[in-house]
Amino acid sequence: MKHLSRYRRHKAAAPLLLLFALLAIGTTFSVASATPSKSMSTFARTAAIDEGRAIFLKGCSSCHGLNAEGGQVAPSLIGVGAASVDFQVGTGRMPMADMSQQAMRKPPKYNAEQVALLAQYVASLATGPAIPTDEVLNYERDGNTAQGGQLFRTNCAMCHNFAAQGGALTQGKYAPTLMGVEPKYMYEAMLTGPQSMPVFGDKVITPAEKLSIIKWIKAAQAEPALGGAALGRVGPVTEGLLIWTLGIGLLIGVAVWLAMKAR
Amino acid sequence: MSARERVVGTVAGYVDDRTGAAKWMKKNLNKVFPDHWSFLLGEIALYSFIILLLSGTFLTFWFVPSQHEVIYNGSYQPLSGLSMSEAYQSTLHISFDVRGGLLMRQIHHWAALLFMVAIVVHLLRVYFTGAFRKPREFNWIIGVGLLTLGIVEGFLGYSLPDDLLSGTGIRIAEAIIQALPVVGSYISYFAFGGAFPGDAFIPRIYTVHVLLLPGIFLALITVHLMLVWYQKHTQYPGPGRTEKNVVGYPLLPVYMAKAGGFFFIVFGVIAFLSAVASINPIWLYGPYTPGQISAGSQPDWYMGWLDGLVRMSPPLETHAFGHTISWNILIPGLIVPGIMFTGLALYPFIESWISGDKREHHILDRPRNVPNRTALGAMALTFTIVGLLNGGNDIISTTFHLTINQMMWFSRIGILVLPPIAFVITKRLCLSLQRADRDLVLHGRETGTLVRMPSGEFVEVHEPISPEKAWVLTQHEQPKPLELSDTDARGVKRPGAIKNKLRNRMSRANAVAVPKVSAQDLKEIEHH
Amino acid sequence: MSNELEAISDPGLPAHVHRKADHDPIAEKKAERQVAILFLLSAAGTILFIYSYIWISQDLFIYLPVLGTTNAKQLFLGVGLAASLFFIGAGAIHWAKTLMPDEEVIAMRHEMRSDDADRAALVKSAKEGAAAAGLGRRSLIKRTMGLSLGLIGLSPLLLLRDLGPLPAKQLDVTSWDKGTRLVTDPGNRPIKPSDLEVGAVAQVLPQLRAGEERTLNNIGKDAVLLIRLRPEEFQLTPEKLAMTHEGIIAFSKICSHMGCAIALYEQQTKHLLCPCHQSTFDVPRGAKVIFGPAARPLPQLGISVDSEGYLVAQNPFSEPVGPSFWERNTK
Repeated sequence: MKHLSRYRRHKAAAPLLLLFALLAIGTTFSVASATPSKSMSTFARTAAIDEGRAIFLKGCSSCHGLNAEGGQVAPSLIGVGAASVDFQVGTGRMPMADMSQQAMRKPPKYNAEQVALLAQYVASLATGPAIPTDEVLNYERDGNTAQGGQLFRTNCAMCHNFAAQGGALTQGKYAPTLMGVEPKYMYEAMLTGPQSMPVFGDKVITPAEKLSIIKWIKAAQAEPALGGAALGRVGPVTEGLLIWTLGIGLLIGVAVWLAMKAR
Repeated sequence: MSARERVVGTVAGYVDDRTGAAKWMKKNLNKVFPDHWSFLLGEIALYSFIILLLSGTFLTFWFVPSQHEVIYNGSYQPLSGLSMSEAYQSTLHISFDVRGGLLMRQIHHWAALLFMVAIVVHLLRVYFTGAFRKPREFNWIIGVGLLTLGIVEGFLGYSLPDDLLSGTGIRIAEAIIQALPVVGSYISYFAFGGAFPGDAFIPRIYTVHVLLLPGIFLALITVHLMLVWYQKHTQYPGPGRTEKNVVGYPLLPVYMAKAGGFFFIVFGVIAFLSAVASINPIWLYGPYTPGQISAGSQPDWYMGWLDGLVRMSPPLETHAFGHTISWNILIPGLIVPGIMFTGLALYPFIESWISGDKREHHILDRPRNVPNRTALGAMALTFTIVGLLNGGNDIISTTFHLTINQMMWFSRIGILVLPPIAFVITKRLCLSLQRADRDLVLHGRETGTLVRMPSGEFVEVHEPISPEKAWVLTQHEQPKPLELSDTDARGVKRPGAIKNKLRNRMSRANAVAVPKVSAQDLKEIEHH
Repeated sequence: MSNELEAISDPGLPAHVHRKADHDPIAEKKAERQVAILFLLSAAGTILFIYSYIWISQDLFIYLPVLGTTNAKQLFLGVGLAASLFFIGAGAIHWAKTLMPDEEVIAMRHEMRSDDADRAALVKSAKEGAAAAGLGRRSLIKRTMGLSLGLIGLSPLLLLRDLGPLPAKQLDVTSWDKGTRLVTDPGNRPIKPSDLEVGAVAQVLPQLRAGEERTLNNIGKDAVLLIRLRPEEFQLTPEKLAMTHEGIIAFSKICSHMGCAIALYEQQTKHLLCPCHQSTFDVPRGAKVIFGPAARPLPQLGISVDSEGYLVAQNPFSEPVGPSFWERNTK
């Protein structure tokens, strides 16, 4: 120590100390906040990232830039996390077929393995939301249906409609139906805020609350049509349509029969 | 005399001793009612009303009209533990824990929708056939009153369960009240017992919905029916039918069987709809709170056109001298509907002013023979339909891959441009149909059979129409337009000259028609 | 034109055409049987209704095409009731059509107006009655009667006064005050800026004071939407900018048009959309209205952080929230 303290007034002392402090804090932080990932040797993980990068360059870089920095037509992917990729590519929204208003769900272009590789690559660019594991997604155990409904109606129904059937946004965009959507994708969508959907971080809607929402959506999906044909679960519009077609139609038909002369 | 006859006779005598009813019954048991399917539309409305009374009474035995907050622990699990009003909870109870409860709720709501549909189609039938003319103007006004009150009654009714969708509707209604100049905030606070949503509104509209309005309906419907009874029903033109008679079937037995049977038909159809089609699933909407909203929030269809008008309104609001007037609410929400309903109610008088016709009419018009009236009706209908479509613009957009912005602009322009176009097209259509009628009478029906004449030319065989059909096609009147002078006997321009000029002009437009076939025309044709 | 020409004449009621059941006893029996079957179908419907009510379990569900999986009890109760009603009607109508006499009957109309003698008699009675009452002569009675009847109309109006309190300044104020913490809805958790990512949205309410309960009345004015953008994306006046915090901006969630909850935020366009009447608000420009019938932007709530780092309101709202009213005098 006496040896070091000789250099304490050296002009490089302050910057070096700063560098040391940053490195210490940085490594401590990254160690402390590291999410458990599949155990893979460093070599294997690097290979996966390279493979992912190869797929990325081929299918995504034309819009998202060679280093995923974004461009005219597509946003930067730095920091969007593995969850975004798993959602967008897993549901087939990406690659986007045409530059219309909205990326629609369609048959995915990449298989599950390729999606995972892409996700790893993008995740390697910067920290971002990770793909939720099955343990995290156990909504049956960790979710509360009634609270999920309450949360859904406060945070989701204004876009997706009260029964998660979907709804209109401006200029032809729409919030899609949530019927039949995998819980993992719902979770990831909330976490990453795809396209028009806002981001619902874990402090605003906690993981438990997210699971409650998913549990409620699944319950609504499974709920049979209690009063008869559900008519789309969109409310009075289809009800009015039915009464003006089947309702009065049947009755006018009977009225015509009533007033007709019998043979 | 059989035993049955003796018993009936005794009972009848008992009643007649005390009321003198035999005389009245004798006269009315044989009352004649013309038989046409379009005369049953009003009956659909009447029977729907009775079904509303019956099903509604059932619901009142379980419904609790209170906004007092409770925690739900009934049988519908997805709402378990949530805070809600007693009104909402009791509606859940009816839906899930009262046997037949959901069925009755659905019967009540489907009957309400059908009630309004029937009123509208009945109104259209009465309008297009001119049944509102003297002596039936009062009945027309009562009918317009029933239409307006029906809209209010339905709105209050579906607001009672205090669910998210209907609560949103109440919020919008409160905004309309609040927007009234000078008195708005006061009337709103009086109606809601304070700030919105408060806890007084549901109990108060319950009283209006189950007591006040049904009472008014019963009174108006009774007068409406009594007038039809006493004035006798109108009839379509036809052979043997004149302004001085009624041709049809007697009350006992035919009309009673048919009309009475039709009540059961209407009830049966409503019950069938309620069995197979879900309506107003309030458990999915959730309890009302002002902090929540659903995409695709609409009122029931009979208010949808009002919603559409509000949606398409330009953002007009004036701020002057420390006060705000929201024209974007008042115009589509109150002023335009006010003008429409007032115009509708006064229409019989407007039309008789234009035509100068002050006589009684019991034979209905064929719509083609009154092209101005028919075109005006088409115009009003187009206006309402554009409004109605815009009320569902978000759902229509997502279904047909349009944008709400496109639909909004279509509606804003369309509601001004489409009605006049509808007027012109309809009038031209009516005149064409008149021409076709004239051709039919003069030349007969085209049979499609071609005959080659000895001279070599091909001629289509025309079959003359029956005298009954010829009568139907030519029995209508074609009054001359008014020619009110604007000067009096001494040539001095009289006051009210402008009014007369306007009247003349409108009367002339009203009288545009293809001249109908006369007996002389037919004789001329025979010589062809 | 047609006045001078002779119109085609009315050929009179056409000859009556008899139905099969009128002259053929076999057809008549057949019609009777048909009516009977209809009535029996109704009876079957009632039996189905009774069976469903008593013996079908509330928890039974069946699958049918078009309807999907539906509650069996509700379905069969309804179908049973529908059949029981419909076929009574069908039976009665078929009976009337095929078996009851269908010869058209003519009844004469009478002119609606009463005859002149009756009218004159009425006028005479009315005049005599009015003269007997003597209102015309007795102006003191007439005036005081008018006064008493007019005044009595005021009493019921007065009775309505307690329907509600006067609004006073209630429409102008909310629960938000300087230093009130923003908490999540539902959950009531206070929020730090780091809880919100760029593009995030949070539904918030004011933190309750000790012993206070959250009422729907409060929510109806207090509901606020928190949105995070990048600070450089704002296009606000300096004073409005000072009401934001690190790219986080707060608006009243109650639509300035007719009071629906505006919670729909489009992350990419940064627009707020009200689902009721499609008013669209641009967040970077302070929730300025860019489409639809709303006439005013949403009131902005100034936010900052307190000593513990949680988001708090800087001040109460500077204008009334929600729909407009006569006394509102801020633009």
